[in-house]
Amino acid sequence: MSRKSKRKQATQDAPAPQAPARSGGISRRSLFIAAVAALLLAFVSGALFYSSEKAQAAQRLAAKNRELLASAHSPSYGNADARVHIVEFLDPACETCAVFYGHVKKLMADNPGRIRLSTRHVPLHQGSEHVVRMLESARAQDKYWEALAAVFAGQDRWTVNHRVYPERAWPALEGLGLDLERVRREMNAADIAARMERDAADARTLGVTKTPEYFVNGRPLPRFGLEELQALVREELRSAYQ
Amino acid sequence: MSAPRAPGAAAPHPSDAAWLLVFACWLVATSATLGALFFSEVMELPPCTLCWYQRIFMFPLVLLLPMGLFPFDAKVVRFALPLALAGWLVSIFQVLLVAGWIPESIRPCSQGVPCSEVQVEWLGFVNIPLLSFLAFSTMNALLVAAHLRSRP
Repeated sequence: MSRKSKRKQATQDAPAPQAPARSGGISRRSLFIAAVAALLLAFVSGALFYSSEKAQAAQRLAAKNRELLASAHSPSYGNADARVHIVEFLDPACETCAVFYGHVKKLMADNPGRIRLSTRHVPLHQGSEHVVRMLESARAQDKYWEALAAVFAGQDRWTVNHRVYPERAWPALEGLGLDLERVRREMNAADIAARMERDAADARTLGVTKTPEYFVNGRPLPRFGLEELQALVREELRSAYQ
Repeated sequence: MSAPRAPGAAAPHPSDAAWLLVFACWLVATSATLGALFFSEVMELPPCTLCWYQRIFMFPLVLLLPMGLFPFDAKVVRFALPLALAGWLVSIFQVLLVAGWIPESIRPCSQGVPCSEVQVEWLGFVNIPLLSFLAFSTMNALLVAAHLRSRP
C-alpha cells in the first residue's frame, strides 16, 4: 500500500462508511470546487466580454451618428468656441439627472470657457413631456437654463416616486422673470413639438434608453457613473488644451 | 480487468450514483442562477414578477444542495424537492402565458415588465421562461432519480 492511499484512508474514517469521499478517481470535493470555479469564471468572463462589447457598440453607434448628437436646435450653454462639448440627454423628472446637473455645472465652472453643454430632452417618465414643453417654451424668453435649474431644484415637489404631477412644476418657474402666461400659451406650438420629436428620434438612433446619458466630444461614457464622466471630460480637456 | 482497488478507495455503491445525481442537480441550479443574474445584472433586463417567484425557488438550491453533498445525505432530496416542484409549477404557468394559452385576463403582471413579454429569443423559440422550465424539469427529474437510487 502506498503512503498516499494510507493518508486517504485515514481521512476517510470519519464519514459514514456508505459515503466514501472518492468517486471515479477524483475526489468529490475537488470535483465540486472545480465546478464552482468553472461556473464563476464563465460568469465573470461572460460579463466582462458582454460589457466591453456593449461599450464598443455604443462607441461605434455614436461615431456613426455624430452629426445627430447636438443638432442646431438644442439649447447650448457656455463658450461657443469651447473645444470640449458635452451633449446631455436628460429627462427633467429624472432624479439622477437633477443630481448630475450640479456636477456638470461644477465641471464647467472649474474649466471656464473650455466646456460647452448642450441638452437634449428624453421625457421617459409619463407626464414629463409637459415639463419639457415648459422648458422649450421658456427658451423663447431666453430663460431656458434658469428654468431647467429651477425645475431640477424643485423636482421633489412635482415628481414623487417617479410619478410626475406636471401642474405642480409651475410654481418652480415663478420668480425667474418669466411671463408664465406666455409660456403656457406657446408651449403647445408646432415648432416645440417638432424639436421634441427630433430629440426622441435622435435618442432612438443613438441607443439612448436611460437618462442622463452623456457624450463628450462625441464619445459615450464607457460605463455610467459620475467618476466616469469626470474622467472622460478630463481626458478630452487634456487632449484639447495640451 | 480492473486493477485491484486500494483498500481505502470506494467500491461501487448505490450512494455514488445518488451523489452524482444530486451534484448534477446543483450544477443545473447554479448555472440557472448565474444565468438569471447575467440577464438581470449584466444585460440589465428587468425581471418580471413570475421570474422573481422562480428565483425564490431556484436560488436557495445553490446553497442547500451542497449541504447534502458534503457529507452525502440522501435526505437532502426531501428538502430540495418541494422548492424544485414549486418553481416548476410557476415556470409551467409562465411558459403557458408566453405561448398565449392562458388568456389575458388572468395575467398576474400588470405593472413593470409583462411576464408574457419575450425579451430574449434564440433560434426562434428558446426564450428565458423556456430555459427556466427546462432547468426546473431537469432538476426535478434528477432529484427523483437520486431519491430512487439512494433507497436501500
